[in-house]
Amino acid sequence: MTASRSRLWAIAAAAILLALLFIAPFYFVLVNSVKALGEIMVDAASLPDKYLFSNYSKVWDIIKFPKALWNSILITGISVTGIVIISAMTGYRLVRKPSVFNKILFTCFISAMIIPFQSVMLQLVRVTSFLELRANLFGIVICYLGFGLSLSVFLFHGFIKSVPLEIEEAAVVDGCSPYGVFWRIVFPLLRPIIVTVIILNGLWIWNDYLLPVLIIGSNKDLTTIPLAITRFFGQYTKQWDLALAGLTMGIMPIIIMFLMLQKHIIEGISSGSLKG
Amino acid sequence: MNLRKRSNEWIQQLVFVGPGMIVFTIIVLIPFLLGFYFSFTEWNGLDLDKAKWIGMDNVRRIFTNDDKFWAAFKFTLKFTVVTVVVTNILALLLGLLLTRPMRGRNTLRTIFFLPNMIGGILLGYIWQFIFTKGFKTIGEMTGWHFFELPWLGTPETGFWGLVIVFVWQTTGYMMVIYIAAIVGVPKDLMEAATIDGATYLQTVRKIIMPLVMPAITVCLFLTTSGAFKMFDLNLSLTKGGPGTSTQSLAYNIYAEALVNNRYGLGTAKAMLFFFAVSIIAVTQVWLTKRKEVEA
Repeated sequence: MTASRSRLWAIAAAAILLALLFIAPFYFVLVNSVKALGEIMVDAASLPDKYLFSNYSKVWDIIKFPKALWNSILITGISVTGIVIISAMTGYRLVRKPSVFNKILFTCFISAMIIPFQSVMLQLVRVTSFLELRANLFGIVICYLGFGLSLSVFLFHGFIKSVPLEIEEAAVVDGCSPYGVFWRIVFPLLRPIIVTVIILNGLWIWNDYLLPVLIIGSNKDLTTIPLAITRFFGQYTKQWDLALAGLTMGIMPIIIMFLMLQKHIIEGISSGSLKG
Repeated sequence: MNLRKRSNEWIQQLVFVGPGMIVFTIIVLIPFLLGFYFSFTEWNGLDLDKAKWIGMDNVRRIFTNDDKFWAAFKFTLKFTVVTVVVTNILALLLGLLLTRPMRGRNTLRTIFFLPNMIGGILLGYIWQFIFTKGFKTIGEMTGWHFFELPWLGTPETGFWGLVIVFVWQTTGYMMVIYIAAIVGVPKDLMEAATIDGATYLQTVRKIIMPLVMPAITVCLFLTTSGAFKMFDLNLSLTKGGPGTSTQSLAYNIYAEALVNNRYGLGTAKAMLFFFAVSIIAVTQVWLTKRKEVEA
C-alpha cells in the first residue's frame, strides 16, 4: 500500500513539473513584455528591474488594438450567430424530412468536412472576387458560414435525432405553424448542442489567419487580431520588447474568455468531439 | 388543397435548407469543383480569366520535377507520425492521471488545456521568442546542452521545434476528450474489477482502454488531420526555413501559389493534397473503428 502511495506521489510530482513546463512560455512572454530591450537580451528569465508599461501603450497605438479587437469580435460574433441559425434549421429539416435529395445533401455536408482549406482557397479567392465578396464584412461572414456549416449541421443533425417527435406533434395539433414549431419548441431544446457549436466555431474563427488574409487582407479597416499581430511582427521582428507586449495583448482576450467560461468550453469540446 | 400542401412543403424546404445550401455551394462546392479544372491549367493569379488549358503538364511536373513538393510531403508525414504518437500518449497518460482523486487536478487540467485557446499564428511567434531568447538564457543558467542547440537554425532543430510547439498546443485538447471518455466508463465495471482483485494497471489495460477506444479513434483522427494540415504554426515559427527544409505540404501549396504566383500548379498540388488527406483519414478511422467495443 505504501509503495503504491509513494508511486502515486511520484506521478503527481511529475504531472506538476510538466504543468510548470506547460505554463513557462506564458511566464517568459509576460515578464519580458514589461522589460526594456537591453534587459531582455541580457537575461530573459528574471523578473524585470524596472516595469516598463510604456511598451504596451506604444503597441496599443501602432496596431490600433481597439479597432482590431472590435473587428475580431464583430466577425466572430456575426459568423457564429449565422452558423448556429442556418445549420440548426438545415439540420432540423434534414432529420425530419429525409427525402432522397436531403439525404444526398447531408452526405455532401459530411464529406466536405474532409476537404482541407488549402484545396479550395485559391479557387475561393477567384469566386469571391467575382461575386464581390472580398474586402468586406459581408463577404468574410459568408465564407465562415460556408466553411462552418459542415461540422455544425452534422452536430445538430445528431442531436435533433434524439429530440422526441411527440412534442412537435402536440404543438401542431395545438395549431402551431411549422416555423413556430421549430423556433418555439425545438430550438430551445437544442441548447446543449448550440453551446458546443458556438464554442467550436468561435475558437476557430477567432484564431483563424489564412482566410482573413485572403479575403480581407487588402482592407485595413477590417484587420482582425491575428492579422494585426502578424503585420506588426513582420515590422518589429527583433524588437522583442514591443513584439512581446503586442503578443500579450493579442492572447489576453481569449485567455480571459477561457478562464471565465472554462466549464462550458471544456464540456462543449468533449461532447462535440465524442459525438463527432 | 393537396396542391397547396405541396407548395407549402416546397416553401418550407426552401426556408430551412435554402440558405445553408446556397452558402455551402458558393463557398465550398464550386471552389472545390473548380479545383479539378484549374489543376489542368496554367494561370498566374493576376489575369484571373486567362487560365490556359495545359492538360496533364502540372501533374507530370509534380511527379517528375518537383523535389521540394516531395520533400515537403516527407517532412509532413514524419511530422504527423511523431506528433500523433507523442501527443496521444501524453494526453492519454494525463487523462488517466487527472481522473484519479487528487488535489488540484482541476487547476492542472486548466493549465494543460490553456495553450489550445491560442491560435497557431500567435503561438508560433511566442515560441520564436522562447526558442531564441528564452532557451539561451536557460542554457546559460543551467549549462545544459539541450538549451544551447541552435534552435530553429537547422533543419533538425526546426523540425523538433515544430513538434514541441504542436504537442504543447494539442495535448490539452486531446486530454479533455480522453478525460470525458474515462469518466464515462461505468462505475460498476471498475468496482467489479477491484473486487476481483485487479490492480489499477490491470483495470486500465483490460477495462478502461477497450472502452475508451472510441475516444482514441476521435483523437487519432483529430491529431492526424491537424498535423497533416499544419500551416499557421509553420508560417509563424519557421517560415518553412532554414531554406525550405521545414516546409509542410500546406505551406508548400501556399508558397507555390501566393509567393511563386503559379496558381495552376498550386491548385494541382492542392488537389493531390486533398486525395492524400482523404486516404489517410479513411484508412485511419477504418483501422481504429475495428478495435472499438460496447460496454
